[in-house]
Amino acid sequence: MIDLAAYSSAVQAAALVGAVLLEAIVLHVGYGALERVATPLVDRITHA
Amino acid sequence: MDPFGIALTTLVLFVSFGFMVGVLFGFFGMGGSFLVTPALLVMGYPARVAVGSGMAFVFGTAVIATLKHHDLGQVDYKLGGLMIAGTTAGIEVGSLLVYRLEELGLASGVIGVTYVLLLGAIGSFVTRNALTNDGGGTSGSGPHDGADDEIDPDDIPDIAKEIQSYRIPPMLTIAGGIQVSLWMVLGVAFATGLLSGFLGVGGGFIRMPALFYLIGVPVPVAVGTDLFEIVFSGGFGAFTYGLNGGVDLSIVAPLLAGSALGARIGSAATNIVNEDDIKIYFGLMLLGGSVAVAFQQAGDYFGIEAFNTVGFALIVLSAFAVGGAVIYSTVATMRAQTSVYTTAVD
Repeated sequence: MIDLAAYSSAVQAAALVGAVLLEAIVLHVGYGALERVATPLVDRITHA
Repeated sequence: MDPFGIALTTLVLFVSFGFMVGVLFGFFGMGGSFLVTPALLVMGYPARVAVGSGMAFVFGTAVIATLKHHDLGQVDYKLGGLMIAGTTAGIEVGSLLVYRLEELGLASGVIGVTYVLLLGAIGSFVTRNALTNDGGGTSGSGPHDGADDEIDPDDIPDIAKEIQSYRIPPMLTIAGGIQVSLWMVLGVAFATGLLSGFLGVGGGFIRMPALFYLIGVPVPVAVGTDLFEIVFSGGFGAFTYGLNGGVDLSIVAPLLAGSALGARIGSAATNIVNEDDIKIYFGLMLLGGSVAVAFQQAGDYFGIEAFNTVGFALIVLSAFAVGGAVIYSTVATMRAQTSVYTTAVD
C-alpha cells in the first residue's frame, strides 16, 4: 500500500486529481459498455 | 453501515444528486459548482472542502461529458485551446479588478449585483432569442452538426455574423467550417475569462452562449468545447485545493458515480433535442439561478439566514425542473422518431 502522507502536498494533490481522472475514465468505459449491451435490448423491446 | 466512510443514505443522496447535476452538465456545459458547492455547504462541510471537492467533481464530470461529446464529434479542440489561452488571461485581469474593488470596500456588493444581473440578462436574452428564432432555429429535431460539418448560414446568429465579418489575419477555420479571425476568438475568450475571474465562477454559463452567439459555433459543439475547457480549469482548481487538503474523495467518488451516467445522458441529449429547446431550457435555468442568487446575496447582505436557504432551495428546484424537462424532451423526441421509423417500415 502506498503511503501518500509521506509525499509532498503537490504529489498528494496530483495523486488526488489522478484518482478522480482514473475514476472518470473507468466510469465512462463501464457505462459505455453497459450502454452497448442495453441499447439493442431496449430497441428489441420497443420495436417488438 | 458506512461504505466508503459515509452513511448509506448520504451515499444514495450523493449518487442521485450527482446524476441530476451530470444531466445538466452534459447538456449545458455548466452547473457543476453552481449546484454542488452550495449543497455541500448546506450539508455542513467546511467551505474549503465544499469548494475543493466541488472543483474535483466538476473536473471528473467534465472529463466524462467531454469524452461523450468527443464520440459525437462535438468538440473543437483548436478552438478550445485558444479559448483556454484567452480565458486564462481574462481571469487574471478579472481577479485584479476584484482586488481593486476590495481595496475600495465595494467588492462584495458590486460582484453580487453583477452576478445576479448577468445571470438574468443572459437567461432572458437566450430564452427570448430562442423564442424569436435568431439562429439555430431551422435545425429542427434529430441529429445535429458535428465539429467537422458545415453549418447552415441561416443558423448563425446576427452578432456572430458581424464578428465573423472582421477579417483581421490570421483567419481560422473552426467548427461548422466557420472562418473567423484569431483575434476575435481571443477577444471573446478574454472577455468571458474577465467576467469569470471577476465573479469567481467557472463561467460555463457565460462561455457556452458566447461561443454560439458571438463566434457562431453550433450549440452542441459550443457545449462540447466549453466542457473541454472546464476539464483544464476544473483540474487546475482541484489540484490547487488538493494542495491544502480541500478535496475529499469520499464526497467526490459517489457524486461522480451518479454524474457519469447523467453526463452521458445529458451529452447524448444535445444530439437529440431541438437546438431551440436546448436554449430555452438553458435560459430558464439561468433565470431561476438569478432569482436564487439574488436571495442568497440579499441573505448575506442583510444577515438573514432564511434567504440563503430559500436561494439554495430555488437553485435545486430549478435544476430538478430543468433536468426533468431535458429528460422528458429527449424521451419524447426519441419516441416521435421511433413512431416515424415504425410508420416508414409499415
